[in-house]
Amino acid sequence: MPALTRDHSDWVKVDSIIDSFEAKKSNLIAILQKVQEEFRYLPEDILTYIGTKIEGLSPATVYGVATFYAQFSLEPKGKYIIKCCDGTACHVRGSMPVYTSLKQRFGLEDGTFTSKDGLFTLETVSCLGACGLAPVVVINDKVYPQMTTDAMKIIIDTILDEEHSA
Amino acid sequence: MGTNTININIHEEQQRAEESIKAQGLRVLVCNGTGCIANGSNDVIAKFKELGADVSILTQHDKVTIVPTGCHGFCEQGVLVIIPDLNITYVKVKPEDVEEIVDSHIKQGKPVERLLYTSPQTGEKVYKNEDIEFYARQSRTTLQNCGEINAECIDEAIAKHAYEALAKVLQENNPEAVIQEIEKSGLRGRGGGGFPTGRKWRFTAANRGGKSYVVCNGDEGDPGAFMDRSVMEGDPHKLLEGMAIAGFAIGSDEAYIYVRAEYPLAIKRLRIAIKQAEERGFLGKNIMGTDFNFEIHIKEGAGAFVCGEETALMASIEGERGMPRPKPPFPANKGLFGRPTLINNVETLANVPDIIRKGADWFSSFGTETSKGTKTFALTGEVNNTGLIEVPMGTTLREIIFDIGGGIRNGKKFKAAQIGGPSGGCLTEEHLDLPMDYDSLIKAGAMVGSGGLVVMNEDTCIVEVARFFMHFTQSESCGKCVPCREGTKNMLKILEKIVRGQGEMKDLDTLEELAYAVKEGSLCGLGKTAPNPVLSTLKYFRDEYVAHIKEKRCPAGVCSALKVIKIDESICKGCTKCARTCPVGAISGTVKNPHKIDQSKCIKCGACVAACPFKAIKQA
Repeated sequence: MPALTRDHSDWVKVDSIIDSFEAKKSNLIAILQKVQEEFRYLPEDILTYIGTKIEGLSPATVYGVATFYAQFSLEPKGKYIIKCCDGTACHVRGSMPVYTSLKQRFGLEDGTFTSKDGLFTLETVSCLGACGLAPVVVINDKVYPQMTTDAMKIIIDTILDEEHSA
Repeated sequence: MGTNTININIHEEQQRAEESIKAQGLRVLVCNGTGCIANGSNDVIAKFKELGADVSILTQHDKVTIVPTGCHGFCEQGVLVIIPDLNITYVKVKPEDVEEIVDSHIKQGKPVERLLYTSPQTGEKVYKNEDIEFYARQSRTTLQNCGEINAECIDEAIAKHAYEALAKVLQENNPEAVIQEIEKSGLRGRGGGGFPTGRKWRFTAANRGGKSYVVCNGDEGDPGAFMDRSVMEGDPHKLLEGMAIAGFAIGSDEAYIYVRAEYPLAIKRLRIAIKQAEERGFLGKNIMGTDFNFEIHIKEGAGAFVCGEETALMASIEGERGMPRPKPPFPANKGLFGRPTLINNVETLANVPDIIRKGADWFSSFGTETSKGTKTFALTGEVNNTGLIEVPMGTTLREIIFDIGGGIRNGKKFKAAQIGGPSGGCLTEEHLDLPMDYDSLIKAGAMVGSGGLVVMNEDTCIVEVARFFMHFTQSESCGKCVPCREGTKNMLKILEKIVRGQGEMKDLDTLEELAYAVKEGSLCGLGKTAPNPVLSTLKYFRDEYVAHIKEKRCPAGVCSALKVIKIDESICKGCTKCARTCPVGAISGTVKNPHKIDQSKCIKCGACVAACPFKAIKQA
């Protein structure tokens, strides 16, 4: 998990992200995407900073945008982000049993999405556009087609093995 | 204004591109779309290269080139490898199959039979591409090049006539004629509403003079639709050319493509395509030596379905919360950054180059009286052949599901097809012969939408599907309009109640009442159409709602709260396996005697059903 107190280099990073988008108000979403890529989530102090640094924005506006879009998270995310597609095609072909099995495995209660060890974040997405391969699960941008609960178990086992041996 | 002289001879460029493609020798086309990548197409390509198929090998062919292409549409059968010399498609190719393809097909000209497609109807192997039902009945125009060219190489697109239409309009230098041609073609918006494209262009062109924008809506949010993704990934130049022609017609010099963040490959390939087109002078400043400038930017979305609504999408490009605003003013008068804006979806713009190049009459020769051209559909769900298809407007549902789709999988019965995503409706058996065009579908209470077509069989619970869509629109409602924000929430609550078996008959009336209130009281398309799945399922499958409410029974056996698991005493051998498996001790019985399930204890987990070696336990 990233440190909660921020050192100087973090602010340098944020500044360079803002500058790379010319500190333009219309680039706010792209700036937030880059910040999230860098820090794995959107820390509140950075949101406030962006709101004061860019002309025409306020911290409240930035917070409003950050909480509007599904892609943004104000909580730290896990090392592995698991996106279970629950689009229509995936839903009809049984995406929910896969999701539920993962939720149980990570011991996630309703309203929590990241496992206690900070390793996995479990999300649903509405459609990844790979409907021909339903149900689809994406782990850190790698697409796993035609998933079943058994196949998912093997994939998670493999990730855990790699983590433990690393 | 007279005609322009352009400094590019597009036909010469085409010839050069064609020659460079000829010099590649035998082109082995390996699908490299999102679907096939997930199935391992990068490994297949690597294996081909490792075996030296990329350089000349001693074969009947002087040279072999492996071409990674865009999506062929037949995603389920991926990885697809197409070798044109024998006109053969290999399906479900794995890296370990590559050696055999190289040795047998490429070196000796003998097809590898075991990797051919098997027809689900006849059970026989299909040798020729055109005999695969999935492709045989399609009319691919927008998607024509997807799957035939390497999307990351502009020459391959040029050989397929890319930028020929742009050269034509720049040379003729008559924006009015371009708009007239689009009007004459009868092209209508492919993103959902079906608004005549030419008219939209005319409205925007009326504000010619100052700064204006072209915006391409690539926020393909409908779950179950992926045609725009395929075009952006597989033939990006077609889209870019369509946008440039639109820009020329309305007098705009700047454009945005708004792409969902869920489509990283589309974003990557569009970026490459824009760069290559700029280098060749097809985009950017002084295009083809004329005074027409056109710059295209890409904006990544951040995951909000409502941004498919044009005013919300523009707010999002401006960096704000993607919330819709009332119309008028229409984007044609006051759109992006307050300037006149033309906003069209990906598929609509991708139709433009062919209309200009082949003429409006060619385009309108496809389709029906009021819906011209072809339409792509994402055919998914419980059909044998799932994937992306393109057919003339007005093709019937029966042809799509049973001819192209190869029928319902596992010999099950067709129940319904959900069209148009969460804004659309259900079509049932009585609609199988309905022509699929804008107006017939509206009349049937559905809509073309973006073209997502999810087929459901007898095992799908319609009420659960309605709940699913309501859950989707409820969580995607931006919250601006109270009827949408609160109405969808309450409709969802009622549906959840019915699915749990706690519904009452009066809930159905409330549901309908709320549905009309949400439709009437919402500003944008999301709210206006959110109740459609509920209304259409209530219309065609009311008996299923009633079964859930009155009999506390789910006819499809999906809703877990209403499931009943029973042991067939005539089959049960009394092996006790189920009793030992049951996690809550709900099964009792003695050895060699039929067992019983105590329904008050049963949690419907289904563990016993899976455990029974005699298939004596059934779920209803």
